[in-house]
Amino acid sequence: MNALVKILLFMVSCVLTNNFIFSRFLGNCPFLGVSNKVETAVGMGVAVTFVMALASLFTWLLYHYVLVPFNLRYLDTISFILVIAALVQFVEMFIKKSSPSLYKALGIYLPLITTNCAVLGAALLNITSDYNLLYAVLNGTFGALGFLLAIVLMAGVRERLETSDIPESFKGFPICIIIAGLMSVAFMGFSGFGG
Amino acid sequence: MSKKQSLSGVFFNGILVENPTFRLVLGTCPTIAVTTSALNGIGMGLAATFVLVGSNVVISLLRNFIPDKVRIPAFVVVICTFVTLIQMLMQAYVPSLYASLGLFIPLIVVNCIILARAEAYASKNGVAASAVDGLGMGIGFTLAITVIGAIRELFGSGTLFGFNLLGAGYQPMLILILAPGGFIIYGLTLGVMNIIMNRAEANKSAKEGVEA
Amino acid sequence: MELHVSNAPQIYAKDSTRTLMYDVILALLLPSFAGIWFFGLRAALVLVIAIAAAVLSEYGYQKILHKPVTINDLSAVVTGLLLGLNLPVSAPWWLPVIGSVFAIVLIKQLFGGLGDNFLNPALSARAVLLASWPTLMTNFTRPGPSLDAVSSATVLSGYPSIPLQMFIGNIPGTIGEVSKAAILLGFLYLLLRGVISWRIPVVFVGAYALLALMLGNDVLTGVLSGGLLFGAVFMAPDYTTSPMTAKGQYIFAAACGLIVALIRNFGAYPEGVTYAILLLNIVTPLIDRSVKNKVYGKGKQ
Repeated sequence: MNALVKILLFMVSCVLTNNFIFSRFLGNCPFLGVSNKVETAVGMGVAVTFVMALASLFTWLLYHYVLVPFNLRYLDTISFILVIAALVQFVEMFIKKSSPSLYKALGIYLPLITTNCAVLGAALLNITSDYNLLYAVLNGTFGALGFLLAIVLMAGVRERLETSDIPESFKGFPICIIIAGLMSVAFMGFSGFGG
Repeated sequence: MSKKQSLSGVFFNGILVENPTFRLVLGTCPTIAVTTSALNGIGMGLAATFVLVGSNVVISLLRNFIPDKVRIPAFVVVICTFVTLIQMLMQAYVPSLYASLGLFIPLIVVNCIILARAEAYASKNGVAASAVDGLGMGIGFTLAITVIGAIRELFGSGTLFGFNLLGAGYQPMLILILAPGGFIIYGLTLGVMNIIMNRAEANKSAKEGVEA
Repeated sequence: MELHVSNAPQIYAKDSTRTLMYDVILALLLPSFAGIWFFGLRAALVLVIAIAAAVLSEYGYQKILHKPVTINDLSAVVTGLLLGLNLPVSAPWWLPVIGSVFAIVLIKQLFGGLGDNFLNPALSARAVLLASWPTLMTNFTRPGPSLDAVSSATVLSGYPSIPLQMFIGNIPGTIGEVSKAAILLGFLYLLLRGVISWRIPVVFVGAYALLALMLGNDVLTGVLSGGLLFGAVFMAPDYTTSPMTAKGQYIFAAACGLIVALIRNFGAYPEGVTYAILLLNIVTPLIDRSVKNKVYGKGKQ
C-alpha cells in the first residue's frame, strides 16, 4: 500500500511538480515550435510520450547491463542518443503507416524528436537520479505526459490569442516564451505535490 | 546571403545578424535553465562555443567523406565526442561550475544550434570559415545568455558575478531566479532585441532608399 | 475580475464596459471599507497606490505605443483595486507599484489589452509578488487600528479563531479577503445587477467544501479562511479568463474548488486560491474549445 502511494505521488510529481517544460526546462524547442494548433500539439505530445517511455526503458537497460559491466560509462550520452535516434525512426515509420495526416502535420518535427532534449534529458536523469527500472520508465512516461499537458495548454492559449493585438516585435517566439513563463507561475501552485 | 562573405563577416554574422539566441531562437533550453547568474551564462556559453568550433572544424574536414544518408548520425557522433571531452575537462578543472550547469552540459549534444551549424554551414564550407562561424555563433550565444544571466542575477539576487551591486537595502525579486523569471526575462529581451533590430533595419533601408 | 467584454457570446455591448466596471467597483467598495475598518488607514493608502500605479501604467503604455488611451473604461481601476485588496496592509509602497505595473503592462496590455489577456491580471501579479517577496506578502498584521506591525499567521496556518470573527473579518489576512460579510454583500449586489451569474462562485465554493469534507477538514473554517470567497466572487468569474458557456463554467469552477482543497491539504503553500484560478485561466481556452458547440448561447443570464 505504502509503496503504491509512493509510486502514485511520483507520477503526480513527474507531471505537475517537476514538469519537463516548467521546472526542468527540457524540450522547449518543440514546445515553442509545434504549439500553434491544438491538434498538432496533441500529436507531438503523444509522439514524444511514446519515444520517451521507450527510450527510458532501453537506455536504462543499456546502461545497467552493458555500459556498467564493461566499464563504458563515459559512452552514456553517445549511446543514448543513438538509441533515441533509432526509436524515433521506428515511431516515424509507425505513424506514417497508421496516420498519414498526423504524419503530415508533424512534418519536420518528428525527426527532430531525436534532438528533443527532453528525451535525452529523461534518459540521463534516470541514471543520475539512480532510479530503478520501474521509476525510470515512470519518469519517462509521466514526464512526457507532463510535456503533453504543457504543449496542449500552450496551444489552447495561442489559438485564442491569434487575433489579439500583440505588438509586432513580440509576436511569435517572444510572446510564446512569456506565456510559458506565466504558466510556470501558475504551476508553482503544485509545489509540494508528490513530495 | 549566398555571396561569399569575408571571415569577419562570418564572425559578426553569428554575433549580431543571426545571433542564435536572439535571432534564430535556438538552444532555448539552456538559455532559460542555466541563466540564474551571469557566471553560469558565461560557463554554459563557453562550453557550447568549444563544442561548436570543434565540431564545425571536424565536420568541415570530413564534409567530402561523410555519405549524405548518414550525415546526421555522423554529425551527432562528432558533436558527442566534443561534448564528452568538455564534460571531462570541466569536471576536472571547474567542478563547481560543472555541478551548477548540471544536465545541460551533456545536453549540448542535442542543442539545436550546434547541429544546425553543422548542417547549414560546416558541411558546405571550408575549415577556416567553419571555425570562424562556430566561434561567432558560440560567442553570440555566450553574450546573449550572459546578458540574460546578468539581468536575472542583478534583480533576482542583487548581485552581478557574485558582487553585491544594489546594496544591502535592496530586496531581491526572487522570482527572476526561479523558473518563471527564466522564461519571462528571455521573452522580454527577445522582444526588445526585435524592436532594436527592426529599427536598425528600417533605418538602413531608409538610408539605402535615399542613396538609390 | 476584469469584466472585460470579449468577443464571445456576451449580452453586454462594448460601450457598457464602463458601466460594468462601475458596478464592480461599487461591489468592491464593501470589502475595501471593511479592510480599512479592520486594518486602519494604511490599508486605504495601499489601495490608492495600487490603483494609481495601474491607471498610470495603462496610460503610459498606450501613450508610448500611440494607442487610444482607454483608462476611462475604469478597467485599470478595477485591476489596481483588486491587486491592492490582495495585499497585506503591511506591504511597502513599492509592492503595489510593481504589482500593478506587472498586471497592466505584462499581463493585460502586452497581450492586446482589454479582453485579450489570458490570465487574470491582478491574480497573476499577486502570484508573482508572492514568489518574489514571500515574507513581505505573508506578513499579516493583526487587525486593529493601531499599526504596531505584529506579524501573525493566517487562519490556515493555525491561528485560533471562531467562525463569527472570521465571518465579520476580525482576522489576519489581506486587505480585501478578511471580511466575508462584506464579500457576500458585494456578491449579492453583483448578482442583482446581473453582472455575474451565481454559477462560478457557488460551484467553486461548493466543490471545495465537498472535497474538504471528504478529506476530513473543518469545512466551515476552510470556507471562511484565506482568499476563497474573495477569489470565488471577484476573481474567478472574470469574463475574459473564464469559460463562456454555462457548462464550461461549471467545469471551471468545480476544478478551481478541487485544486484549492488539494493545495491546502497537500501542497507547499498554505493557500491555493490564487494558483487554482490561474491554472484554470490557462485551461479555459481548451474548455471553451471542447464545450462551445454543445451549449452555445446558453451563456449569461
